[in-house]
Amino acid sequence: MANDGVNRGFAPRRVPSYDEVLNCIRCGLCLSVCPTYREAGTETNSPRGRIALIRAAAEGKLELSPNFVDHMYRCTNCMACASVCPSGVQAHEIILDARVEIDSKLPQPPFKKWIFEGLLPSARKLEAAVWPLRLYQRTGLRWLAEKTGVLKLLPRHLGDLATVPPTLSISPLRRWLPEVTPANDGRKYRVGFFLGCAQSLLFAESSAATIRVLSHNGAEVVTPRGTLCCGMPAMAYGDLDTAMKLARHNIDLFEKAGVEAIVTDCATCGEFGKHYGELLKHDPGYAERAAAYSEKVKDISQFLVEIPMDDRLGEVKARVTYHDPCHLVRGQGISAEPRVLLKKIPGIDFVEMKESNWCCGGAGTYMLTHYEMSMGILDRKMANAAATGAEVIASGCPVCQMQLAHGVRRARLPMKVTHPIALLDQAYRRQKTTGNRQQR
Amino acid sequence: MGPKWPAELARIVGKDHLLTTKEDLICYGFDATPLIGGLPQAVVMPESTEEVAAILRLANQEGFKVVPRGAGTNLSGGSVAIQGGLVMQLTRLDRILEIDTENLTALVEPGVVTGNLHTAVEAKGLFYPPDPGSTAVSTLGGNVAENAGGLRGLKYGVTRDYVIGLEVVLPTGEVITTGGKTVKNVTGYDLTRLMVGSEGTLGVITRILVRLIPRPPSRKTMLVYYRCLGDAAETVSSIISHRVIPTTLEFLDNVTIRCVEQYIHAGLPLEMEAVLLIEVDGSPSIVEEDAAKVVRICRDHRAAEIQVSRTPEDSFRLAASRRAALPALARMRPTTVLEDATVPRSQVAPMVRRIQQIARKHDLLIGTFGHAGDGNLHPTVLCDERDRAQLERLEKAVREIFEAALELGGTLSGEHGIGLSKALYMPLEMKNAGMKAMVAIKRALDPNNVLNPGKMYIDEYDRHQGPGSRHQ
Repeated sequence: MANDGVNRGFAPRRVPSYDEVLNCIRCGLCLSVCPTYREAGTETNSPRGRIALIRAAAEGKLELSPNFVDHMYRCTNCMACASVCPSGVQAHEIILDARVEIDSKLPQPPFKKWIFEGLLPSARKLEAAVWPLRLYQRTGLRWLAEKTGVLKLLPRHLGDLATVPPTLSISPLRRWLPEVTPANDGRKYRVGFFLGCAQSLLFAESSAATIRVLSHNGAEVVTPRGTLCCGMPAMAYGDLDTAMKLARHNIDLFEKAGVEAIVTDCATCGEFGKHYGELLKHDPGYAERAAAYSEKVKDISQFLVEIPMDDRLGEVKARVTYHDPCHLVRGQGISAEPRVLLKKIPGIDFVEMKESNWCCGGAGTYMLTHYEMSMGILDRKMANAAATGAEVIASGCPVCQMQLAHGVRRARLPMKVTHPIALLDQAYRRQKTTGNRQQR
Repeated sequence: MGPKWPAELARIVGKDHLLTTKEDLICYGFDATPLIGGLPQAVVMPESTEEVAAILRLANQEGFKVVPRGAGTNLSGGSVAIQGGLVMQLTRLDRILEIDTENLTALVEPGVVTGNLHTAVEAKGLFYPPDPGSTAVSTLGGNVAENAGGLRGLKYGVTRDYVIGLEVVLPTGEVITTGGKTVKNVTGYDLTRLMVGSEGTLGVITRILVRLIPRPPSRKTMLVYYRCLGDAAETVSSIISHRVIPTTLEFLDNVTIRCVEQYIHAGLPLEMEAVLLIEVDGSPSIVEEDAAKVVRICRDHRAAEIQVSRTPEDSFRLAASRRAALPALARMRPTTVLEDATVPRSQVAPMVRRIQQIARKHDLLIGTFGHAGDGNLHPTVLCDERDRAQLERLEKAVREIFEAALELGGTLSGEHGIGLSKALYMPLEMKNAGMKAMVAIKRALDPNNVLNPGKMYIDEYDRHQGPGSRHQ
């Protein structure tokens, strides 16, 4: 795996760099912040251990065995290790690079190809794939399954997971949202809105709220219907080709839209969008355009805090705590902005939770693929949340929201999980001012 | 180990706590020491003193070696299995069993992370001073085995000064308890002190009783720049001779200053030969007095600039360059070799100059920082382990650093331990009689040489019956 100068069609950086691996001085500081080490307690489940395995593989001392592959996928990619490493080693990046190597060297399970090459690059197919779930929820099947206790007959793991997806809206947001949402009362900005798959399919109402808030604050919002998955899920599974393909598509799309910013309410889409420049920097046709795209990407909280926001907010009475999604706090350096917004809302009693920036264990599909570990990490997060006495946990990432909601159910807590912007939207809708009629 | 061992070990700890896959073994084949590694045959994670004892009894029966391990942040190869065998990770024993606020003691299991102990006792207005650089991740058991030091060593002492009792499983599997809660105890040999710093060769520590002191109510931090190394060194001696014992008296040399500035851009002036970070603590009036004295002494010794903290946030900010020292150096090259040759305080300046000479002679990048107040310096060699020629020069340079330290009346290791990395140099300092005594103690307690063999030159000395011509 050493840099042998062969560009296998990827950005050379994406081949695990032996230099970077050597930079690890094995001080062990990463063990103090790694959620999987805290759960499993073994060196193999730590960043230091994973880097040692990658180094051994690079030196020809270890094959890419199923056990090796398994360990490369145990990392939740929360980036906490990189945030404390004295040598500047980006362990999570090196682990992703290893997954890319695995993807290119080992035969992959057929369903993986189906999902990443078949489903993700087609919004229609992805929406179709979710239909059975919508049916299950809307036709009363779910209600029946829960009431009759049928779910309890399944292995605990699967029974739990059946309750995880939130109630889907009638239709994916992408279908019924107008491509251009006008600004409310005078256009001040023209922004693109990156509608992520999870938001569109599972949290449509939440993204609708984000768009309302943007429009309320003078933004004309362009949501191109052709938006595809940002590509992070493909990247997380080592499918770099698909990730780059999706990136190119989205860059083309938003270029045509002529917007001054590309706003998103999904932490992951934001983080990956900001990395498009890095991802495509060796592609002569896209390097500059990808960099320009990444410059424009903003998390909704970041965008709002940077403009002169409408501060006339109605009251939302709730004790609220906040969970920092990894892709916001470490992926984008954004942790103050959501808190600023929450504290602006009259009636909100904001309380910090301990270890608010520790991973929740959601990590994309991690709760499906690594249920025990995911639940171990989640249980600790829920204990911290419960200790705040909050009624609401706010978090700006759909996967975190699903995971936290699952945690709330597991721990039987009297708490709700929501996106911070949904609270802001509520506050705007309760605004009692003359002359300013807000849009539906 | 014979073929029976997996079943036996699985029976003792449960099969979930026995690791044997190649991937697991690779991850336990190193600690934080560069250039040193060794694969164990298995890793075991006991949960109780009884399990530890059973494992050691089995080891003696079956003839396999056992290497105890905490968080594996050891800097001298003490946690590395160089003769195969078992690595025994003690981190499952991780409870703080008791904090006795009347007797001012804490009873902990060896896997408790030192930083967690700090937090727990400070919440009760108490203080456990030893604070090695790894407190966020290292464990008390490891701290005790290595007699870890830290930045507060000058005023408060080291781990040894706070351990007043232990429960230890001897290499043969017997369990002993040493010391106790009383402030004074002279009953029998001081086995507690024997175990502290024994680097996992004389017993596996399963319980630790430490004494605590009241938490100092306030402190002040000073960051002082010097154009001349000698002035900084004289300041250090002068502070002590004026009867002020700072909590912390840290030093950064010019190479370190440049690397730190490159890394954190704190505005450190690059032409300074030395930076001192000085902290005094205690009651508010003492702190004011001591800080004023220190500032005056620094001025008298031609300090170029002095910054004094007014708030805890200031303290934190001023200490940033010291905290950044190791990270900044580590980023210069792939391989970071952190030594800890220690000299008496009065020899700090000569030692730093010798290190700088050695660096020039062998064309190596060496930054020196460390605990000037107690003479425990960390000459840090930055190199690339893939460069064979560099590694050879490294070996020569490190040897000369040790010789310089010994010549100046110092010691091979102030706090990192001997383990493997300094084993070769042991006879230089211990001499024949000292090595013989160590061998006698080791053989008495561990007749089958089960526990962490091959460390501290004990086996080699025993084999050669003398230091041999290579150490002339």
